[in-house]
Amino acid sequence: METNTLSRESILAAIRQNLPPQRVSRPRIPAFPGPGRPLRLTFKEHLRLTFEEHLTKAGAAAHPVGSPAAAAAKLVALHPSAQVVCSAVPEIAGTRRAEDVHDPHALADVDVGVMRAQFGVAESGAVWVTQEDLIVTALGFLSQQLVVLLDPNEIVSDMHEAYRRVRLQETAYGCFMAGPSATADIEATLVHGAQGARSLDVFFLPRA
Amino acid sequence: MSTNKPVDVVTRAEAFIRQDDIHEPMHDRFLWATMQRRDAEAAALPEWEKLRDLASQIKEHTLTHLDEYLTQFEANATKRGAKVHWARDVAEHNDIVYGILHERGVTELIKSKSMLQEECVMTPYLETRGITVTESDLGERIQQLDGQPPSHIVFPAIHKTRQEVARLFARTIGTDPNNDDPHVLTEAMRNNARPRFLAAGAGMTGANFAVAETGTFVVCTNEGNADIGASVPPLHIANIGIEKLLPRVEDLGVFLRLLARSGEGAPLTQYSSHFTGPRKGGELHIVLVDNGRSRRLGMPDFWHSLKCIRCGACMNTCPVYRRGGGLAYGATYAGPIGVILDPTFDEHKYSELPFHSTLCGSCSAVCPVKIDISEQILKWRRVMASKGYLPLAKRLSFAIAGHVFGHPGEYHALQKTAAPALHHAPHFLLYNQTLNPWGRERDIPQLAKQTFREWYLAHRRNNGNQHTES
Repeated sequence: METNTLSRESILAAIRQNLPPQRVSRPRIPAFPGPGRPLRLTFKEHLRLTFEEHLTKAGAAAHPVGSPAAAAAKLVALHPSAQVVCSAVPEIAGTRRAEDVHDPHALADVDVGVMRAQFGVAESGAVWVTQEDLIVTALGFLSQQLVVLLDPNEIVSDMHEAYRRVRLQETAYGCFMAGPSATADIEATLVHGAQGARSLDVFFLPRA
Repeated sequence: MSTNKPVDVVTRAEAFIRQDDIHEPMHDRFLWATMQRRDAEAAALPEWEKLRDLASQIKEHTLTHLDEYLTQFEANATKRGAKVHWARDVAEHNDIVYGILHERGVTELIKSKSMLQEECVMTPYLETRGITVTESDLGERIQQLDGQPPSHIVFPAIHKTRQEVARLFARTIGTDPNNDDPHVLTEAMRNNARPRFLAAGAGMTGANFAVAETGTFVVCTNEGNADIGASVPPLHIANIGIEKLLPRVEDLGVFLRLLARSGEGAPLTQYSSHFTGPRKGGELHIVLVDNGRSRRLGMPDFWHSLKCIRCGACMNTCPVYRRGGGLAYGATYAGPIGVILDPTFDEHKYSELPFHSTLCGSCSAVCPVKIDISEQILKWRRVMASKGYLPLAKRLSFAIAGHVFGHPGEYHALQKTAAPALHHAPHFLLYNQTLNPWGRERDIPQLAKQTFREWYLAHRRNNGNQHTES
């Protein structure tokens, strides 16, 4: 027998032999109501404000932009010295199209990467992006700065709701991004831009 | 039986505490601050305790059906294009990883933090075979450059001062030894690591969770280093302990809400990445590793330790860990979780660890998957005692205690006479540096004027059985 098959059979046999006698049943995960909403806010407003609050805490920032033109202008205002802007979205042209990149190593010089997230999560300020949204996965990680477009109506309350929306069977890669790269490994001091993006700006802009 | 000498955890902890008056208070302060952030996050979620219950039940369900979920995971990951390998032990694991790299002529590997890779002592194995391994997590890289193992599951270099890191980087990557600003040091390492990411022939990660339903595994980081390693080189290898399984995607909701809140006091890590099969144009290998886990599953007193999600909360809350540091344990896993995991790998070598605890129970109280850590520590003490591993000083005092507790009359008499005696006994006798190493860095607590029994008897007489709250 091949070593791998032998090891597989031996591990599974050991597990079966050692399974605890009492088989525990799988619990049902209930829906949690989440924290109360202030009466002056609509449900969507409340989600958006909670999302922004957590996004800011995680070191990112949110900006309302009214149109694709305003988004492009905001990008320039935030990153005036950017040379290479690689875009995976139709709303912002950039200096390089992600569709034209075939080797992730070619993204090593990207100053700003632009992508669209499918939805945001209010309780953490995270956005969900997949391989299809990034076109080249490394765009989300080699870019020095990130701009993420998000429809402000696409924000879910918590991670339970978030996992009802993700389709892991349809993508090889998906990520909840909750801000720029961060570390606290030296004397517990928070530093942004450890290995991945140094900054993350969310632009509220519905799909064109 | 192991040929290794037992780790002298007391002496090692003492060395950390006594080196100066900077390290120990700093370590204590950082981890306690993390704990306070955890407490605030937990308090902000009304369903926190319910989530802990759910997480515990989901893990117990998975572990009691582990064979089914592993084969389901394997089938789904394979269907999505991943190559799944099985490793019984460290030797098989390292051999498989080396084989994959060697076959493709890979000489440079960039890896993210993985406790399982630490457990397998993988880096030295690969390096002696001509593969350059670079840690990409900042804390792990610091430890790698210093030739030390990580001292904490989440914050590998938390026991070091910024000055030490500055001197280390000056020596190893040529930075200014006098500039110890963490921003400058982090930036220097970012610039040092970039070319290594781009040159690497393979990226390696561990996994926080693996989902049977879809064949997905999830990696949580703050630096994004695992994602660069997985998205830039053409080859991604992930090693996954067989206890990391979860049945369904919806279970991730429970665990991701608990993990970062427990470990670092944030709602989520900056990146929670889900890998389901190889990325477009890439190759993915998954190594499922047993290394003693199936055996642990058969230990009635200890199998619950397999529920651990490696958040580090028990370390942050532990008064012994916070003061003595993680390297004192001389093992892959430090802190309270280490005390109950390490002896399953080597009872002899780690025979002293179960005594490196106050049994205060704080670890069990914060564990997001409700492992009965402090009870298991006590059970490990019994195991060590029954095998004659008990340290000599403890054996003597336990024998006396066993006799006294078995004779209540003597206990009360001793309590009455010993307490006043303590007030007058010379300090050097009580906290003798040789006989009672635990007392070296501690002082004796104030004794109550009344024993509980005296208070109880007096109260019973005064109040009878009435509950008088006024």
